[in-house]
Amino acid sequence: MLKIDNLHVRVGEAEILKGLSLSVPTGEVHAVMGPNGAGKSTLSYTLAGRSGYEVTDGTAQLLGDDLLALNASERAAKGVFLSFQYPLEIPGVPALTFVRAALNAQRKARGEGEISAPEFLKKAKAEAANLKMDFEMLRRGLNVGFSGGEKKRMEIFQMAMLAPRLAILDETDSGLDIDALKIVSEGVNALRAADRSMLVITHYQRLLDHIRPDRVHVLAAGRIVASGGPELALELERDGYDKYGKAA
Amino acid sequence: MAADVETLATVEALAGEKYAHGFVTDIEQEFSEKGLNPDVIRFISAKKAEPDWLLAWRLEAYARWLALDEPDWAKISYPPIDYQALYYYAAPKEKVGPKSLDEVDPDLLETYKKLGIPLKEQEILAGVEGASRYAVDAVFDSVSVVTTFKAELAKAGVIFCPLSEAVREHPDLVRAYLGTVVPTSDNYFACLNSAVFSEGSFVYVPPGVRCPMELSTYFRINASSTGQFERTLIIADKGAYVSYLEGCTAPMRDENQLHAAVVELVALEDAEIKYSTVQNWYPGDAEGRGGIYNFVTKRADCRGDRSKVSWTQVETGSAITWKYPSCILRGADSVGEFYSIAITNNRQQADTGTKMIHLGPGSRSRIIAKGISAGRSTSTYRGLVSVHPKAKGARNFTQCDSLLIGKDCAAHTVPYVEARNGSAKLEHEATTTRLSEDQLFYAMQRGLSQEEAVQLLVNGFVKDVLQELPMEFAVEAQKLVAVSLEGSVG
Repeated sequence: MLKIDNLHVRVGEAEILKGLSLSVPTGEVHAVMGPNGAGKSTLSYTLAGRSGYEVTDGTAQLLGDDLLALNASERAAKGVFLSFQYPLEIPGVPALTFVRAALNAQRKARGEGEISAPEFLKKAKAEAANLKMDFEMLRRGLNVGFSGGEKKRMEIFQMAMLAPRLAILDETDSGLDIDALKIVSEGVNALRAADRSMLVITHYQRLLDHIRPDRVHVLAAGRIVASGGPELALELERDGYDKYGKAA
Repeated sequence: MAADVETLATVEALAGEKYAHGFVTDIEQEFSEKGLNPDVIRFISAKKAEPDWLLAWRLEAYARWLALDEPDWAKISYPPIDYQALYYYAAPKEKVGPKSLDEVDPDLLETYKKLGIPLKEQEILAGVEGASRYAVDAVFDSVSVVTTFKAELAKAGVIFCPLSEAVREHPDLVRAYLGTVVPTSDNYFACLNSAVFSEGSFVYVPPGVRCPMELSTYFRINASSTGQFERTLIIADKGAYVSYLEGCTAPMRDENQLHAAVVELVALEDAEIKYSTVQNWYPGDAEGRGGIYNFVTKRADCRGDRSKVSWTQVETGSAITWKYPSCILRGADSVGEFYSIAITNNRQQADTGTKMIHLGPGSRSRIIAKGISAGRSTSTYRGLVSVHPKAKGARNFTQCDSLLIGKDCAAHTVPYVEARNGSAKLEHEATTTRLSEDQLFYAMQRGLSQEEAVQLLVNGFVKDVLQELPMEFAVEAQKLVAVSLEGSVG
């Protein structure tokens, strides 16, 4: 699904990613863990195509397509979804309007027809119920006045509606209390599928108690410095990132 | 929800189309002599076959205008206007005054067809949207070309015709109300208008009548070097209701053209007037060449108790906009509302807002102003809320929001508040936000193109005002917002 090779990324004057390589096979969930400042958010923004993240070397491919040659909306249409660490507020635009416009824009880019209003509403109602969201929230301005937990739930709702091939979850657990964490994780787990891959980016191990990854990677000083099974996360929880900080 | 999505589709369809109404109609026209003097005023008056009192009224206004100075307090700048280099009257030849549709010059009909203005009643009636039919008065430079649905309106007792016709057919009504809301010497541009006004619409809705359809006037400036000075007078008698819409376009020309209109509304006891404007005068090109100078005085007199006037404006055009639709809340418990979207792009300048003058006890007003600035444009909200000593219990709520797109534009908010009655309750809220990179990226990450993302964010910002417009015009206005901001990011 996702293949990143020797990725170097510069933000302003500083080089943040320094030769990062990572592969996520189709259908697998991989976690990327690392200390603050390791380049976790840079990785997710670079994959999503945010301007200001300058790739100076290396490649990133999604199912063989060169991701780096596409702009943000083209990547979305290819199936890249980023669950934001800090979801944005869009005043005056109801979540339903926003998601429907996004879904239709993606479908158009893929040469598909628009989703009909009844079909869209039916799907929205079902997904909102799965996430235990009040449907009325979807009629209000997107994320305006929402709590941290509600915003994260809204991200997973969007992910469910847009059905991406590659979902990148950037610090999805930050700002969540234990109940919200459970609901969000269940929502994510429900979206695991044989044709979908996920990249779960997190500082803490606790999210991985709920979303069990197939593989865990350690990101330190701009590179993947260790990879292993789920047990690696527990080891990090116990020992901290110190030894990787020195290794890098 | 549907409207937003529809807008996105429309933006796509309109891509590349910057100003769709910029064509010129090649038609033989008759002009007054260039410049302004008493003879030109006599010429205009004679063309309209006006009574002596109106000519005298015009000449008096002209004499006062000569003594006035052009106002310079607005936050706009432009080279001095040479008032002697303009034509003050231009009309398609032969036809003076409205005729039946069969007699209208085919070139003119073609013009309105291109502009999407329905003038053929039978076609409108045959249309699928039976509910959305509305009567149109089409004004081309200085004359009205045609007014539709007059017969049907007359059945309800509603008078809807060009002002020049009203002067001839209903002189007592015109004389009783003309200049009573905006006096001839009110301000420099209103004074000029009083001297040379050529055309505009007249509406009278008799007591207790709810006007059976939307009324609209469509103004078109066509001729070169010509000012347009229309004057509109709307009277809603006791308990009457009318909804009126004004639309405006002009060809793309390198020169600046002057538009100085006056609109007077009078609402008697329990009457309500809803006045909507979609102003799409040519804004000039990206470098600020050409475009309309729009100096307009619009004022409503809520004369009767419990009367109500609601102004809604979508201002996307003009190189310069200087306009403050206002309400004099004279009647007890009268209500004034002002909903505005002002969009400036490239080098446009807008100084616009409202005045709510509370004279009557219990009078209430509400102001929602949304300014969007892009490119190197400047947008200023200038408003006055004034509560007079007798306006016991007056209330006002004002909300001014500015949205900046890009880093070379500017937005200003200048609210004046005067309260001379201690029982008044006045609220003011203002925000200025920049359309953020973060929001744009967020929307694009979900699959929206940059243009679609801007549209969606802007539509969200102006939603409160758009929903005040009559349905079919709201859709129109939304498209206009899309086109006006094309290429504003990136």
